[in-house]
Amino acid sequence: MAIRRGRGVAAINYPTGMNLGGDPTQALVHSTPTGNFMVTLSSVDLGQGMKQIMAQICAETIGVPTDHVVVDTADTDTGPHCMGTFASRGTHRAGNAVIQAAKEARQVMLEVAAEELEVNASDLETDGQGNILVKGAPQKSISIFDVALSAHFKRGRSISGRGMFLIPRSYPEKETGAMKPSTCYAHACTVAEVEVDDETGEVTVLTVKNVFEIGRALNPKMVEQQLVGGSWMGISHALYETTEPYYPNRDHGGTDFNQYLMPGPGDLAETEIIVLERPSADGPYGAKGPGEMCANPQIPAVANAVFDAVGVRIDTLPITPERILRALKAQAAN
Amino acid sequence: MELRKSYFADVRKDDLHEIGQPRPRSDSPGHVTGKTAYFADHNFPGMLHLKMVRSPHHHARIRSIDTSEAEKHPGVVRVLTARDVPHNVYTILILIQIGPEDETVLADGKVRWKGEAVVAVLAETERAAQEAAAKVKVDYEVLPAVFDMEEALKPGAPIVNEYHGQNYYLYDSGECRKVRFGDVEAGFAEADHVLEQSYQSSPIEHAPTETTGCVVMPEGNDRFTCYTNTQAMFFTLDNTSIILQMPGSKLHFVGGTVGGGFGGKVDVIVEPIAILGAKLTGRPVSFIYSREEEMQISSPRAAEKVVIKDGVMKDGRIVARKVTGYTDAGAYSRHSPYGAQKGAGHYPGPYTIPNVWIDTYCVYTNRTPSSAMRGFGVTIGDFALEVQMDKLARLIGMDPLEFRFINAYRDGDMKAHRQPTEGAALIECMQEASRAANWPVAEKFMAMSSYKKGA
Repeated sequence: MAIRRGRGVAAINYPTGMNLGGDPTQALVHSTPTGNFMVTLSSVDLGQGMKQIMAQICAETIGVPTDHVVVDTADTDTGPHCMGTFASRGTHRAGNAVIQAAKEARQVMLEVAAEELEVNASDLETDGQGNILVKGAPQKSISIFDVALSAHFKRGRSISGRGMFLIPRSYPEKETGAMKPSTCYAHACTVAEVEVDDETGEVTVLTVKNVFEIGRALNPKMVEQQLVGGSWMGISHALYETTEPYYPNRDHGGTDFNQYLMPGPGDLAETEIIVLERPSADGPYGAKGPGEMCANPQIPAVANAVFDAVGVRIDTLPITPERILRALKAQAAN
Repeated sequence: MELRKSYFADVRKDDLHEIGQPRPRSDSPGHVTGKTAYFADHNFPGMLHLKMVRSPHHHARIRSIDTSEAEKHPGVVRVLTARDVPHNVYTILILIQIGPEDETVLADGKVRWKGEAVVAVLAETERAAQEAAAKVKVDYEVLPAVFDMEEALKPGAPIVNEYHGQNYYLYDSGECRKVRFGDVEAGFAEADHVLEQSYQSSPIEHAPTETTGCVVMPEGNDRFTCYTNTQAMFFTLDNTSIILQMPGSKLHFVGGTVGGGFGGKVDVIVEPIAILGAKLTGRPVSFIYSREEEMQISSPRAAEKVVIKDGVMKDGRIVARKVTGYTDAGAYSRHSPYGAQKGAGHYPGPYTIPNVWIDTYCVYTNRTPSSAMRGFGVTIGDFALEVQMDKLARLIGMDPLEFRFINAYRDGDMKAHRQPTEGAALIECMQEASRAANWPVAEKFMAMSSYKKGA
């Protein structure tokens, strides 16, 4: 009886969005009298940070600091339609809608600034700090604060914009299955190292090295939190989680966190996250949806590592100590 | 986390002000200090609490329901049965024309899974609602149940859901969603080795910190404000409008700040019945799942069975792949017909294979209906595919990572569902994994690229 070590690899891709259902999301953007910007949505922030990322996308597009943008979501009386936050679609679909709305608002903002500065709007640029400058003559400038005041109280202009992003529904062809299930794909490759105790069947995940290609890390800290969390969830799926431990038998289902097991702080693997960026052609600033795919490759990587360690295949999830011991017993009997 | 900028350096840029910056999240201080308001922070005077009477049987006919004792219980304000629900038989994907309507808000004549909602009790306190729910008498005639997908698909199996008439979802393509590409049998005939393996998973819970729920306030203007943690605001509003036969203009949904979803909050379950309760009593109503309900009543990730048959050459090329996928929907469709179909669009994985045959089935059994979960239609398929890849590599005596390079899809490659590959990056992920994990592969693989061949 011994602790045996193994490693396994898995490589995957993952589609962004729900093309097979039709995939629309809308956004509205308007300025306040003092040049802050309000993004109005009905998209849902599940805790992943959707509000923050929409604020950054709006800020980038209009050319203001992110803390000049407020995101109002989700209220069906004020926010325009969003299909929902699922299918790795939130950032991609709502982000594109926000860009379109912000571009329209930016154009009005530049037109008002042009009138104030008596130049052409096409000769203006933003400095990203809250000012609009004449290209090549930055000493000639006006603050966005003053532009918004002028629009509201002098020029009678609404600095606002409408955004709509729609992926029309793809209907699979009946006989061949020809379809367009996604607009872009995120990618991953994970290598997991495990130790398996061949006396108890217990698996310890020592390290997971995850390489994720996600189009563009719009906010690197936030994408890190999602990728690390996803990596944990993948390990949890591989080794711990089910509501029906003896499926298809319905007995022994957990009803609380004492019975429904997941890895705790003492079970965390040393986790490495490496991000590659191949900007997607249709993503907001090149982003793809990494929310779901980041929890997938760890499952087969751990399964393959268990085989590498003890030479038995567990093809049924989760890979519990009981299943490993039964397989080892069967292997010894042969 | 490290960003490796050497890959795709010709197309990636660092020319932006706000994007690409690690700005602190504006909502973090509220989350970590307990100041963020979630739906359950709405607490109104006179608010009623809703509790469900649930089926103790996997499959049974309801002979009769007697609510008289429950109605007399102190604190009980109203008891709801199927008769109170205007459009009781519904299905959520009807909004995108995926029918038939196959599920009841409150059971009518039958229950099809253990835990199914039968009677709703509204009372002044949670405790009174719970106690009164225990006093509802339901007379059941227990029927044979089926739990195993293969058993369910056999002729003569008990029919789980009469609205379908058979124990699988009927697509326009027939009993399964199909993908056909090349000639898979010719591929197997030409292969040096053929390997067929079967993979299985069990249902998995989303386990969000915040359980599913909503709080409904009847407003003075004849409208209803529903504070909810749904993942899809209008999807829920529009379905509620159908179920309650109430114009959408009467409904106001407020949400957007959710304590974890993972796909578990895209079903429309708590809102319609809570709004109905508020309408019939004129009082605010709270309906929040207990942890036990979240674990065993709310939809889990479907159990799946995946059978993969591959033809592989000694040199490492996969020449044929046949995948048969089974998704255990439980008793009702919810989002499962979509998930099974999404699986058909995902197989055979990120590999270029000339001959592919895919069948994905959505199967009904007498268990908690499954629905969407992070990686819907793909997660379990990837487990099966990538374990299969490991087995194939060992079968032909090849390094598992090198074996994947040989088959990896690249820009321009035609996929089985007849879309040319665009924006591929699998090869680069594997190259970086090779370096990071000190798992060396032959130089020719490290020199590969996802870019169009010859470009």
